[in-house]
Amino acid sequence: MSTDLELFKKMLLIRKFEERLLNEFSSGKLVGTTHAYIGQEANAVGILDNLDKEDIIFSNHRCHGHFLAYGGDPYLLAAEIMGKPTGLVGGRGGSQHIQWRNFYSNGIQGGIVPIGVGMAFAEKQLRSDRIVVVFMGDGTLGQGIVYESFNFASLWKIPVLFVIENNLYAQTTPIEKSLAGRINDRVKAFGIHVWECNTTDVLEIREESSRAVNYVRAIKQPACLILNTYRFSAHSKGDEFRDPAEISRYMELDPIPLQKKKLNEVEATQAELEIISIVNIAFNRAESDLPTDNSKLTPILL
Amino acid sequence: MTTVLHQLTTGLIRSMEKDNSVYLIGEDILDPYGGAFKVTKGLSGRFPERVWTTPISEASIVGLAIGMAMRGLRPVVEIMFGDFLTLTMDQIINHASKFRWVYNNQVKVPMVVRTPMGGHRGYGPTHSQCLEKLFLGIPGLRVVAANTVGDPGLLLENAIFDDDPVLFIEHKLLYPCQLVEPGKAEFQDWNIEKIGDMYPTYWININNKSKVTIATYGYNFELVRQAAHELLIEEEIYSDIYLFSQLNPTSLSVMSESLRKTKKLVTVEEGTVTMGWGSEVAARVSESDQKNLKIIRIGAKDYPIANSRILEDQILPSKNEIKMTIKKMVGL
Repeated sequence: MSTDLELFKKMLLIRKFEERLLNEFSSGKLVGTTHAYIGQEANAVGILDNLDKEDIIFSNHRCHGHFLAYGGDPYLLAAEIMGKPTGLVGGRGGSQHIQWRNFYSNGIQGGIVPIGVGMAFAEKQLRSDRIVVVFMGDGTLGQGIVYESFNFASLWKIPVLFVIENNLYAQTTPIEKSLAGRINDRVKAFGIHVWECNTTDVLEIREESSRAVNYVRAIKQPACLILNTYRFSAHSKGDEFRDPAEISRYMELDPIPLQKKKLNEVEATQAELEIISIVNIAFNRAESDLPTDNSKLTPILL
Repeated sequence: MTTVLHQLTTGLIRSMEKDNSVYLIGEDILDPYGGAFKVTKGLSGRFPERVWTTPISEASIVGLAIGMAMRGLRPVVEIMFGDFLTLTMDQIINHASKFRWVYNNQVKVPMVVRTPMGGHRGYGPTHSQCLEKLFLGIPGLRVVAANTVGDPGLLLENAIFDDDPVLFIEHKLLYPCQLVEPGKAEFQDWNIEKIGDMYPTYWININNKSKVTIATYGYNFELVRQAAHELLIEEEIYSDIYLFSQLNPTSLSVMSESLRKTKKLVTVEEGTVTMGWGSEVAARVSESDQKNLKIIRIGAKDYPIANSRILEDQILPSKNEIKMTIKKMVGL
């Protein structure tokens, strides 16, 4: 289990990485797209602190926070987003499509959910103790395949934890325009046990999610963890249509200053300097890596 | 004598006996029913831990299989009717076929999706189509079709032990068909040459006097061979037939020599002819260094497949259409 300081550093790493990334996009140094995790850091850090090294994560388009909380190297991620051959998947995947150890992400919302269920089914059949954590958002709940997956997971008693980060917006569409009824009612209808958090405190999130993680591992059944959260950054890069007053209100609950309060000032300041330096080194090193050699395209299949 | 159905079931049994990581999942595949076309009959009794019947959830069945494949199993999915593949498209295009390459060869997705396609049975617009053309040209996805010349069970076994995703097409009318025995019946005088190993192409002809080259796959080879046999008896027109097991990726170099002689190519498939497999074959042959070629594509007319057998027969390609086309091509 991580210390208060370690949790703070992990959240700060995500924050500083994403801030640097958004700057690189604004300045035109990076092209393409990205989906920042700013504001939601406590979710990834809190949950992943409960997982074993061998557990499996399937993440989505907004995957950087999950990846860094998993212990992923910010340099490899930066190089990947820059399209460098030294990146996580050689520059082929970019921001949304990464793979490292037991971490996977893909850019299709609900599509990853049955795959996570299938992975957990395989682990169960192979008698491993691994569980799978699938990350989705409130917007993902619009896709039917999610409910097919809930049905399978419950019916076949599959050790998968569905994490729903409800940040109240599907891109720019507020939840009241996209979701009927209540999220936990939807999940419970499949006989899946639900835990829910309404906090930005990483310690509380870690404690609540440990119950869900332990349940899945102990009784080899699916569970769901709903995290009511908010992202401070735009969905992607410049698509911000929310009320600034609303954003400010949520920013008062910023998980990072909240965690910082639990530390002494010297160690917090030191940690900040350390994280800023890690992020700078990661980006600078990635930037200096040579670009991909496009003459090396060989057939995928014969 | 053995049927395609029997060989497919045998191929599944052999694969499951050989390797504990082979799983079957699909709708209604348990005994005593054994699947809508009985390919999985007897398997759930024999391998109860590894044959799983599913809810009607085609998209997530394939998703589940992808996840299983990425974590060390070799799942074989049965989609009850090929028409229902439309429900699995996101899983196949945006997940299964992308992962290995996009993740820089760090993962494998050894999964097979088996499905029956095809008409001529009066099943109507949503249970009779040949939709495999919609899955051609997807990088990373191998598309294979069973036929009566090779052992379809072995073809399936090769697909199961392939480390990449394979879409395995079984035309419904093939299930009761007997496998071709070289030297027997109308094949008495025909040479059959196997080109390639895992997913071979068969070159079938009598001598070097062929007037036309015919490219086909799957069940439509049954129509082609009858047409070729009758053209030979009735008109003394000899044909070179190329029967493909692999539809994607496409490799047509096997036909070069034949086309150089005949200068005439007919493609025969059962999917709608517009933007079909034959269109790609025609385009590639046209782009090659072959000159003065005449190419005609035969396929279903661009209609939904009608329920009425009379309309269905008008819409789908037939032996007579193949014969008429070739006769016209050679100037008869």
